[in-house]
Amino acid sequence: MTGVHFLEDLSAHLAEISAIILFGIGITLLMLSRNMIKKNIGFSMTDSAIYLFLAAKGYISGRKAPIVVDGIEQMAYYINPIPAGLVLTGIVVSVASSAVLLALTVRLYRQYHTLDIDEITSLAQKEEEV
Amino acid sequence: MARKNEHYEESLLGRLDRWTQSGESGLDQRMMDDLASPPPPAASLPQKELERRMDRDDRMKHHMLLQEQATYDRIRTWGSVRGSRFFRRAYIVLAVLFCLALIAVLLRATATLPPFGNPDNPMHNDVARRYIEDGMEETGAVNLVAGMILDYRAFDTLGESNVLFTAVCAVLILLRISKEHSDATAMLELEADDRMYEPQDDLILQTMVRLLVPLILLFGIYVILNGHISPGGGFSGGAVMGAGLILYLNAFGFEKAERFFTFRTFQTVSVISLSFYALSKSYSFFTGANHLPSIIQTGIPGKIFSAGLIPYLNIAVGLVVCCTMYALYTLFRKGDL
Repeated sequence: MTGVHFLEDLSAHLAEISAIILFGIGITLLMLSRNMIKKNIGFSMTDSAIYLFLAAKGYISGRKAPIVVDGIEQMAYYINPIPAGLVLTGIVVSVASSAVLLALTVRLYRQYHTLDIDEITSLAQKEEEV
Repeated sequence: MARKNEHYEESLLGRLDRWTQSGESGLDQRMMDDLASPPPPAASLPQKELERRMDRDDRMKHHMLLQEQATYDRIRTWGSVRGSRFFRRAYIVLAVLFCLALIAVLLRATATLPPFGNPDNPMHNDVARRYIEDGMEETGAVNLVAGMILDYRAFDTLGESNVLFTAVCAVLILLRISKEHSDATAMLELEADDRMYEPQDDLILQTMVRLLVPLILLFGIYVILNGHISPGGGFSGGAVMGAGLILYLNAFGFEKAERFFTFRTFQTVSVISLSFYALSKSYSFFTGANHLPSIIQTGIPGKIFSAGLIPYLNIAVGLVVCCTMYALYTLFRKGDL
């Protein structure tokens, strides 16, 4: 595949590309920031990127949301309802997981009075040595 | 340690050692005596000269010790100062490179995907066709997504509701502060952290909340009850109602909110909703799934009492989500429900 073809192929996937870039930003934040709250933000960003990707995969140009109007029940009128259901599931699970992550962060802060993951690790090591 | 020493002194090796050390002759004993007695030339030197020499020796020794200590410190702290900075920089560079490589790989894979918005994509297959063309007859729901998640895949949604409930339980375990075990000053501190610097009874907020909260709750109930007819459903409506309750709590404080929502309320509502969901869906599993005839009629699509169990399941899910949102907020803010 030449470079021009590659770019042409990519230009047909603008929604997916933005989802992937958002995913990359989230992973970078997760790896680079030492602050636990920022890590949680990065985690939520990767979640959102995956939902954007799924929703983009379910979309069909020029069609309506899958709610039956005027009794028309044909495949050619509505978008794919399956990714919508999957994204709904994912959003609920991500709410639950980020709540648990934030609660763990609060407990860490109460114990060590810092949000820096490196400081927390060294303090925990010192505690173990004692 | 002392015990080990005794053992050693009583043992054969210890006795042999003592014999070689002291010997039969009194030579070693005399040597020890010589060493113990003060050296004779030191006494002949003037006191001042002696002090000066001692001082010089001490200073040299001290200097050498300092140098040694500095070398040791440099070696030992390299890992936590210069070394950590070096590893930190290497880590940042590697992390950025890894993320860029990840994005590149994903973009390369995206270029080979079927085009965006094309109706002939392989993922718009017979499953989606079945849901769209037969979904309304089989489930009675006009909103095909609601019919899908609460009828065809209702067990999935039961799992989701349970995930939310489990999350609240986990947060409760992590964050709950029991009033019996913590003293009064700690509770006062928490209260001060929470509300001391905020306006206590804000008139503007309270007036607006009196107007808005009934409307927000009504809208949430509307979204839940119309979940099978229009866009919406238990999750979105429950989130709206939870937001309304949180707004009420912020305006009027915990004393007034606890009149209608305590930990008991949360327990009762969540457990009853989840049990109702599980029981009704297992009933449907035994009687209605796999094209076995179901007693529950789907009704006329578009009417409010239609779509079989879907409106009731929506209500159960909505109550669970509403309680979960409110409980998470109060747990993070006060450490209690």
